[in-house]
Amino acid sequence: MKYLYYPGCSLEGTAREYDISTRAFMTAMGADLAEIEGWTCCGASAAEAVSELLTLVLPARNLALAEGMAPAGRDILVPCSACYLNLRRVEEKARVSHALKERINEALAVEDLVYHGRTRTRHLLDVVSRDLGAAGIARRVVRPLSGIRVAPYYGCQCLRPYTVFDDPEAPRSMEPLIAAAGADLHAWTMGGRCCGASHMNTKMEVGLKLVGAILEAARGADVVVTVCPMCQMNLDAYQRQVARQTGVDSTMTILYLPQLLGLAIGLSPEDLRLDLNLALTGAFLEKLERTATAA
Amino acid sequence: MALAEKTAIDLGTMPEEAAALAEIRAMVQPCIQCGTCTGSCPNEFAMDLTPRHMWRLVLLGLAEEVLASRTFSLCSACYMCTLRCPRGLPLTEAIGRLKQLAARRHLPHLRSGDLFYRNFIASVRRHGRVREMEFMGLYFAQMMNPWLPLRYAGMGGRLMRRGKVALQLPSRGSGRLVKLFEKVAEMENRS
Repeated sequence: MKYLYYPGCSLEGTAREYDISTRAFMTAMGADLAEIEGWTCCGASAAEAVSELLTLVLPARNLALAEGMAPAGRDILVPCSACYLNLRRVEEKARVSHALKERINEALAVEDLVYHGRTRTRHLLDVVSRDLGAAGIARRVVRPLSGIRVAPYYGCQCLRPYTVFDDPEAPRSMEPLIAAAGADLHAWTMGGRCCGASHMNTKMEVGLKLVGAILEAARGADVVVTVCPMCQMNLDAYQRQVARQTGVDSTMTILYLPQLLGLAIGLSPEDLRLDLNLALTGAFLEKLERTATAA
Repeated sequence: MALAEKTAIDLGTMPEEAAALAEIRAMVQPCIQCGTCTGSCPNEFAMDLTPRHMWRLVLLGLAEEVLASRTFSLCSACYMCTLRCPRGLPLTEAIGRLKQLAARRHLPHLRSGDLFYRNFIASVRRHGRVREMEFMGLYFAQMMNPWLPLRYAGMGGRLMRRGKVALQLPSRGSGRLVKLFEKVAEMENRS
């Protein structure tokens, strides 16, 4: 299992634990990740608000670099949902429009790069659920997370608009993974609801409403698991503001999926940098402690 | 030119705007006004026009009313309307085009998003990768609202204590993507 790896800007900064835990978990599962050399920003949600061509050219630059590293083609693994969508969008659009591909390549020519259209970008959740698979993970579990109730949060852009590996309205791909880890499922309907994305920076009152509704529905779970640095930040960092607005305590542990699965296959909280998460509740840590002594 | 004057410019007098608008209209032309977009939108509660209403105005060519609203700027690109639209219209993408149209005008009522995205992209242009603290700092500075950074102070402190971010002074950077950005601008001005 060899992948090219595109971490994206957040994973170098506020989402470092997502980068570290993805590499640790994937490596422990026998995958080989080669970071795309010289990668640059995919444009995030900002390029689309500014320029249509830039929205395509910024991700395409990285796809061209990826092709240079693996001319025969190799899947690109992307943990961030926004990066994933931006890279994937170029693949989908260039496949059906030769003219668009030529336009992209006219821009890339200033960097002596060419995008041929041979890449395949895949989200981390896609790779974990279909390449590693729940059965493959279950075989490696040494510390079943029994008694820990997990609310799977998928967010938007790994599900929509491109339907690749899950139901875009009622996603379920994390459920077998949670079961494989020995944890319990917190059944809810908020898994594919929007967290507000960058509204938290530009229109905080709107962002807090969306996050508040998700945290409220997560009550009863021990942990919410995410697969996107923006979702993670929104759910993890603004719990106090949400509580101030709703008057209800909304303290909740928010982990990245490879952190949760990593614990189950025996990686330590230090390996997975749980110390970098902003909200870890005492109740969660206590339950986690209990799984360690049981194992 | 004063900002007020700039926003009042009739679309017909700006050919590149008229062309962009025509493209957006073409994208949503088959709209049957069923309202599935409105019913699917997680941000609709905060909008002044419902998404369905906004698309009707776009089809009628009433661009000034659309651009005067906050509706398209409240799209968080969740793609639920795009997924559910019974006509299969690329609604989220069309909203992106509206955002681009508005960004060229620097509309005062959309200032926070405008400054946020512009500083983000400027940071990418300078450094190749976004430097979170640098662009947030510039964004706060340009918003000129002394209370705004306080809303993020608690979180910023927790991020810093974990060594996830550090205070960054704005710098010129390597200019890694400047050539590419210039080429893209040249191509967009040409078309």
